[in-house]
Amino acid sequence: MSSFYHETETVFGTHKNPILQWIFTIDHKRIALLYMGVMFTLFFLGVSAAVTMRAELFFPGPQFLQPHTYNELFTFHGITMIFLFIVPGIPAALGNFILPLMLGARDLSFPRLNLLSWWFYIVGVVVAYSALMSGNGFADTGWTFYAPYSLRTDSHVLPTLIAAFILGISSILTGINFVVTIHRLRAPGMGFFKMPLFIWGLYSTAWIQVLATPVIGITLLLVILERTLGIGIFDPTKGGDPILYEHLFWIYSHPAVYLMILPGFGIISEVLTTFTRRTIFGYHAIAISSASIAGIGYLVWGHHMLTSGISDMARIIFSLLTFLVAVPTGVKIFDWIATLYKGSIILATPMLWILGSIINFTIGGLTGLTLGAIGADIHLHDTYFVVAHFHYTILGGVMFMFIGGLHYWYPKITGKLYNEVRGRIAFGLMFVGFNTLWFPMFIAGFLGNPRRYFDYLPTFTIYHQIAGIGALLVASALLLVLYNFARGLKEGKEAGPNPWNATTLEWHIPSPPPLKNFSKIPYVDFDPYEYENGEPVVHFDENFRRVM
Amino acid sequence: MEQEMAYDALGNSHPITDYKDDYDGEKFGFWVFLLTEMMMFGVLFLLFAINFYRHSEIFALSSGSLNVWLGGTNTVILLLSTYTMGLASLKMRQGKVRVSAYFVGVTLLMAIIFLGIKALEWSVDIGHGIYPSSKILDAKDHGEILFFGLYFVMTGLHGLHVIFGIALMTWVLLLIRSGGIRPEHNIALKNVTLYWDFVHLIWIILFPLFYMIGV
Repeated sequence: MSSFYHETETVFGTHKNPILQWIFTIDHKRIALLYMGVMFTLFFLGVSAAVTMRAELFFPGPQFLQPHTYNELFTFHGITMIFLFIVPGIPAALGNFILPLMLGARDLSFPRLNLLSWWFYIVGVVVAYSALMSGNGFADTGWTFYAPYSLRTDSHVLPTLIAAFILGISSILTGINFVVTIHRLRAPGMGFFKMPLFIWGLYSTAWIQVLATPVIGITLLLVILERTLGIGIFDPTKGGDPILYEHLFWIYSHPAVYLMILPGFGIISEVLTTFTRRTIFGYHAIAISSASIAGIGYLVWGHHMLTSGISDMARIIFSLLTFLVAVPTGVKIFDWIATLYKGSIILATPMLWILGSIINFTIGGLTGLTLGAIGADIHLHDTYFVVAHFHYTILGGVMFMFIGGLHYWYPKITGKLYNEVRGRIAFGLMFVGFNTLWFPMFIAGFLGNPRRYFDYLPTFTIYHQIAGIGALLVASALLLVLYNFARGLKEGKEAGPNPWNATTLEWHIPSPPPLKNFSKIPYVDFDPYEYENGEPVVHFDENFRRVM
Repeated sequence: MEQEMAYDALGNSHPITDYKDDYDGEKFGFWVFLLTEMMMFGVLFLLFAINFYRHSEIFALSSGSLNVWLGGTNTVILLLSTYTMGLASLKMRQGKVRVSAYFVGVTLLMAIIFLGIKALEWSVDIGHGIYPSSKILDAKDHGEILFFGLYFVMTGLHGLHVIFGIALMTWVLLLIRSGGIRPEHNIALKNVTLYWDFVHLIWIILFPLFYMIGV
């Protein structure tokens, strides 16, 4: 049967040239793969930057980098990983591929807009990296671009700012596309509370993309105008207020971390139900908690600024709201654990990554509360503790969920199975390596090692060396995952439509899916995760009518 | 084209939304897009509010140096233009294609006049040495620097939206001519009308903020 790899539809009709077929395709599945290819190339660039920094820090004192190069390096790492990788992240790569399949739709609402947002993304990447080859070197401001330093530094901040603005447009267009698709293209009968939970995660994320991204867009535009024309709004020498910049930056960038994690939470719910062979515990609670994390997440940005000189009243309010976000997140974690209870747990590779992510994310989440407490934050602000907390949630959390999701949908995307043993070894290596890398940083941070410093006191050497070994393990685990996926393409067994015995709609169509996904659109009058005696309850005949 | 159906287990049929021809979806998508525009301008209004609170008197004084008559004329022009754009949308739905195209053209013309008056105002300001980073402006009080900084950013961004609107209306006219917009298929015109309403709404707020507080 011919799949979307064999035929496609482009924005100009049809092409014979395979390269043109790919870069002008309006098929959501191909666009997802385009995103994946570019994003993971950049991801490995970001990883190399991180490993280089760890090598530099293996011994105290300068090794092989200049301090200024180090500043550029962590900025490069931050901008690549945040703006180019994890913000488009799960929605652009997995979401694009899976969302229409899960909804029972033939494509997104606006296929051409989808291609446009990929092109904006590519332009953003090119502009961001153009700063590497022009001007006085890459930005050295950190990914946060704090004023007034970002107004004064003679490093090449301008292209990076423009790139972040363009990437924002790309993100907004994807968000609009997802919101409309979820509202308009659910299969007949599928109410909001019959949608798979991955869709709920994407839906909440899409609203954050739409409502928060314009805030950073205009803020970065103001910094651009500040550097080029000198309008004065963030410039203290002209009466402007740099603290206002911090506020506006975090009004986007805090919700942005929920934008990263919410689709990941969705993946957890999908994988967990499949590999426990039972329905999810507390479907409504998980769905609504996604939306309420997105909602409350808007109002907590001030906890990044507890030491920036905002008023005590503001600090108390932001601290309280920060604690409130932990409630819906806790609800989710309890629901997942309850789902495991009395399930038939199968420890397949996706399941291992998901369980690992729950453990890491719980550590990352709870240390987040430590940082959200006003008193503790004065001690811990801008130390390695923050860096460790952040990477526990994003690398240990989101990235584990992302990789888990990639394993889970790999058979659907490629039609092949990866090597299960190699997959489990890669997970084990990563889990051990990840904790070796980041846990010592909690201690170093607690003892006062500041973040973003080129050097450290000799007393901290041991923590940096353990972390350095962990970094090597993490890098080799990631390469092993990549190798496993590449080998699977060549020598993997045929997956068949539903290798995991999963229940959602994408598993009822062939792998890889045909160009228009569904020959006939099914009628959905059932819940997403229905199992009986370990077998999916819902079956369709060849015309997508339900077999009773 | 025939309406595609999904069938449940009992054989009842349920209509399927065609993603290639979904009027409500396209309109909804455009509303969501306008939300992003609102958030973007919202940040600028927030910055204006904070700085107005900090420098109330100087903001009022600086506002006095803008030409309220030119700004007022522009406000009337935009109000009229949003009315003609609405009429264009209405006439299209009534099947009066030529009248509709005529009203789009009138709107286009008014948008160009708006930009002309705006350019005149800016050139007078710049002629007086009032522009970001000019020696004359930087020597003035902080409040005045911020007022004119915001003035140029906000009216400039609004002006960019007007230019974009002119491009969209030209596109709409071409579509009407080629039959891409027809009485039974008018979503592009509908969305451009929504966009133009938004652009005029932003100006309705900008006008009192910059021109009236000093009167």
